[in-house]
Amino acid sequence: MSEIKNIKNLKEFSTSADRFEGANLLCPGCAHSIIVREVLNATNDDMVLSASTGCLEVCTAVYPYTSWDASWIHIGFENSSTAVAGAETMHKVLKRKGRLKQPDRNPKFVSFAGDGASYDIGFQWISGCMERGHNIMHVVLDNEVYANTGGQRSSSTPIGSSATTSPAGKVSYGEKKNKKDLMGIMAAHGIPYAAQVSPNKWKDMVKKIQHGFSVEGPVFINAVSPCTTEWKFDPKDTMHLADLATDTLVFPLYEIIDGRELNITYRPKNVIPVEEYLAAQGRFKHLFKDEYKYLIKEWQERVDAQWAYLQRREESRV
Amino acid sequence: MAKKGWDEFEIGAMLRTFDGKIDDIAGTRQEDRAYSQNSSYTASVADWRLIKPVFNKDYCIDCQFCWIYCPDVSIVSRDKKLIGVDMDHCKGCGICVEVCPTNPKSLLMFPEQADEETEIANWPKKDEEEA
Ligand SMILES: Cc1ncc(C[n+]2csc(CCOP(=O)(O)OP(=O)(O)O)c2C)c(N)n1
Ligand code: SF4
Ligand code: SF4
Ligand code: SF4
Ligand SMILES: [Mg+2]
Repeated sequence: MSEIKNIKNLKEFSTSADRFEGANLLCPGCAHSIIVREVLNATNDDMVLSASTGCLEVCTAVYPYTSWDASWIHIGFENSSTAVAGAETMHKVLKRKGRLKQPDRNPKFVSFAGDGASYDIGFQWISGCMERGHNIMHVVLDNEVYANTGGQRSSSTPIGSSATTSPAGKVSYGEKKNKKDLMGIMAAHGIPYAAQVSPNKWKDMVKKIQHGFSVEGPVFINAVSPCTTEWKFDPKDTMHLADLATDTLVFPLYEIIDGRELNITYRPKNVIPVEEYLAAQGRFKHLFKDEYKYLIKEWQERVDAQWAYLQRREESRV
Repeated sequence: MAKKGWDEFEIGAMLRTFDGKIDDIAGTRQEDRAYSQNSSYTASVADWRLIKPVFNKDYCIDCQFCWIYCPDVSIVSRDKKLIGVDMDHCKGCGICVEVCPTNPKSLLMFPEQADEETEIANWPKKDEEEA
């Protein structure tokens, strides 16, 4: 128990026995479950899991079914992080008092939550967990919208995206505020590890998750989760969208160690223009009208500036 | 075991995924697990599908891309070999076909009512342009 699972290549990875089950009610092609499978299969240790209210929770715990083959708890929208933090504290105390039946087992405590539940509504709960130093991992399934309630904007929704509470139309191009830098905010807590991941880069994901499991203290993971329903693309194209997200650098893959040291973990050989990422999704369709085309240029400039910033951070080692 | 109705569970009851004791879940294959009536593994979403993937093992190189990217745990791989598709849990999204790198593809989507053997017999040939 608690050795790091040896996953050299995909063939080896495919011998994993999944602890997440099908016949859940997530949409066909939903990336949430691809991310969950990659996280869970990164270890053979016992797991104590939680999920905040949102697509993942609602669709995997439909009475009388559960899709989880591990201890799993749901309380509310805001508190998947504190739910596993409570379990983690209890485990620690029982261990100290010698009251664990199997003290050698080394469970991993993982909280899953959407961007609505992490960037907005569960923000202070997550911050509290990071500050108190619980030995937990919080994973954001970042589809940049409140998907489960029909597509309201969150503080993760990017500029120009049409959401039900920031719809595009005659007078507006949709969301007007830029996406919140939650990675930066979480790293500012001085936590041992924060990383941005994408399901298409499974090896990068597994490496980061395993590193997250190996450190003492809170870990923050932001995972881009292309949403066929709200981003408006064909379910078969989920991985194509993830490829576009990482290779346009809209979702750069990087990690921040001890709140300071930043490493870029993936450099696309051919960087794709952001326009292709936007064009692949119905939520940005209106940006291709003449009056809004200037926003595409601004998008590219923002992504370039973010990439330049990350590279400067990486070089300066501070 | 008789199925319990929604009003027969105690309020706040814990749903158990497995019947009896299981010590090493991650080390136990699905076919060797005693799933309880509360695991969604025992349910089916086959009626969601309008199209379904058909697997043709002749071209498969066992790269496992379809295994890792299937959202619904429906690509069955054992001992690093792809065995087939779990048709109770597949929702017909088509991701497995998109990510399959062989030419011709080793997985293709067909209408739900299509006959597998006929489709495999008429499998498309190598696409020269793509290669
Ligand atoms: C305190 C509270 N506010 C609002 C809701 C209603 N609600 C349920 S799920 C959801 C959206 C979840 O969005 P997100 O966290 O991004 O997860 P997603 O569904 O997108 O994966 C909302 C608003 C709630 N359950 N609890
Ligand atoms: S709405 Fe989006 S996030 Fe929710 S289940 Fe469907 S694809 Fe997944
Ligand atoms: S069609 Fe979708 S759900 Fe079915 S096996 Fe392929 S990837 Fe999995
Ligand atoms: S993606 Fe294609 S080649 Fe690779 S294992 Fe699946 S069916 Fe075989
Ligand atoms: Mg969301």
